[in-house]
Amino acid sequence: MATLTPAAAGQVISPDNSKKRRGPQDRPAIWRWVILLIAGVYFVVPLYAALRFAGLSGFKDVFTTPGFGSSLWLSIRLAAVTWIVSMLLMIPTTVYVHLRMPGLRRLLEGVTILPIVIPPVVLIIGVLQVMPLALRASVWLLALEYVILAMPFAYRALDAGLRAIDVKTLTEAAGSLGAGWLSTMWRVILPNMRTAVTAATILIVALVLGEFTMASLDLKQTFPVWIVLFDQENAQISVAASIFALFVTWVFLMLITVIATRQSRRTGGGEVTLFTVAPQQTIGN
Amino acid sequence: MADMTDVVTTPGSDTDPGVRRFLSLRNAPKPVRSLARYAGIIPFLAYIAIFLIVPVVAIVIGAFQNPQTNAFTWSNVNTAVHGSYLHGFQQSVILSLIASVIPGVFGLLIAYAIFTARGRGAASLRRVVITASGVFANFGGVPLAFLFIASLGSSALVTGWLSDLGLNIYNLGFSLYDLSGVALVYMYFQIPLMVLIILPALEGLRPAWREAAENMGARSWQYWRYVGGPVLLPSFMSCLIVLFGSALAAYATAEALTTGTIPLTSIQIGTFLNGNVLAGQENVGKALSLGMVVIIAILMVFYVLFQRRAAKWLR
Repeated sequence: MATLTPAAAGQVISPDNSKKRRGPQDRPAIWRWVILLIAGVYFVVPLYAALRFAGLSGFKDVFTTPGFGSSLWLSIRLAAVTWIVSMLLMIPTTVYVHLRMPGLRRLLEGVTILPIVIPPVVLIIGVLQVMPLALRASVWLLALEYVILAMPFAYRALDAGLRAIDVKTLTEAAGSLGAGWLSTMWRVILPNMRTAVTAATILIVALVLGEFTMASLDLKQTFPVWIVLFDQENAQISVAASIFALFVTWVFLMLITVIATRQSRRTGGGEVTLFTVAPQQTIGN
Repeated sequence: MADMTDVVTTPGSDTDPGVRRFLSLRNAPKPVRSLARYAGIIPFLAYIAIFLIVPVVAIVIGAFQNPQTNAFTWSNVNTAVHGSYLHGFQQSVILSLIASVIPGVFGLLIAYAIFTARGRGAASLRRVVITASGVFANFGGVPLAFLFIASLGSSALVTGWLSDLGLNIYNLGFSLYDLSGVALVYMYFQIPLMVLIILPALEGLRPAWREAAENMGARSWQYWRYVGGPVLLPSFMSCLIVLFGSALAAYATAEALTTGTIPLTSIQIGTFLNGNVLAGQENVGKALSLGMVVIIAILMVFYVLFQRRAAKWLR
């Protein structure tokens, strides 16, 4: 029943709307395309130039260069640990705030913006000073700090995911069926947050596989640090490799939104986007 | 009132565990237990404190310490606000201003363009732009520098195209390796970041307001002047602050692009960590960091004020 309403409203209202409006409907379309065209040129041309300059001929050499395997493996392990800690920390916190303390959402938004504005170069100085020696010597310190760096993106992805579903009703329904807090979380909330969690995962992995500042100042040879060292010998290949990594990350993000939207449509829901709740189809301009 | 509704429900409901839990959930957010409710966010706050706040506080303290004796001194701070370091702060602030206002406006336009797009392909457009933003917002360092060296370096692809059109940008005073060039490169991650952080604010702009304005005969500019603009402005300003901080914090990209030719504070701090330090100046890097923390703290005050203002209209 509930799923019928938005779909029906969309069908009835939107064709009606387009008939009534004549002039204003066309005008915004022009500025929209101008803006998107400029953005397209700005973002695509440098990629094209770099790929043309680098070429793809020596691409295979990357895999056989010394240090490639070990640095990539280190980065992958860091990404895994960062992911686990982030999820254990962020999912319960965001769900809890949504359910019990919605008034704190603004505070959380403010706190999670801090890692963007606090320079990593400043943070790592402090970290290297205050952390116990055992932790400083270990590579896992980086993972624990990457949790902080990933927070702005992870939080925003999870928060948007929670805003898109009615957590309160779901929790109350689960509760009235006899589910406990843990069971509600595991069997009701998490499955509904699948898209948001996947998006957060990909962003965390992308961040860890690309982070250079802290790793290099902590003197750990992660993949991005290795790329820069390697770069001095053969710039082309390393650039091709990082563009390739960028492209793969984007394809994965696209795939999850496409799959999630398809699943959502099948059950009567709407479009699924990351970081934001899709605009309602009913009354647009 | 609440008691009455509880009484009206089926007698004997207490024996049903489901109903009891439902009632307990409904009754949970009572003001009496308000302090206990904070328990749920303690792990999160503790993590932030240990891995973000404590290190920053340690730097602030270190900025006032003599590196040998740990005694209190002003000399680090004094060094940090004079000569080349002062110049570094100035350059950093100018760069961050350029690299936050322009991407801020442009990012807002892109976000609005995709958010209001309707009809066929609108969903795909949103999907492409938002996912690409997620990826590009984290892009930086040597790979990003290379992208622009390959396109806008002195003899690169786009520079060549433009000079074929009779426009030699390097004769016109542009250089990829000065402040304007670095700002242009920063926009590559700043614009996507803006798209991501402004989208939730656009969500709060109710279509009904626009319709109400139009029904009362408002033209498009009047809607923006009297309704949309004032509602969006605080969010827009707080996003600009985030962009400014992000530009100020950037290190790897500037380092890769300029190799230190422009004095930027983040790069100067980096050199202290790399060990190229005069004796007795080991803590000047911390004083420079303190300078950055002070700038950020001032920014965050405005951020909070703007956010509070934004909360009036945008949920």
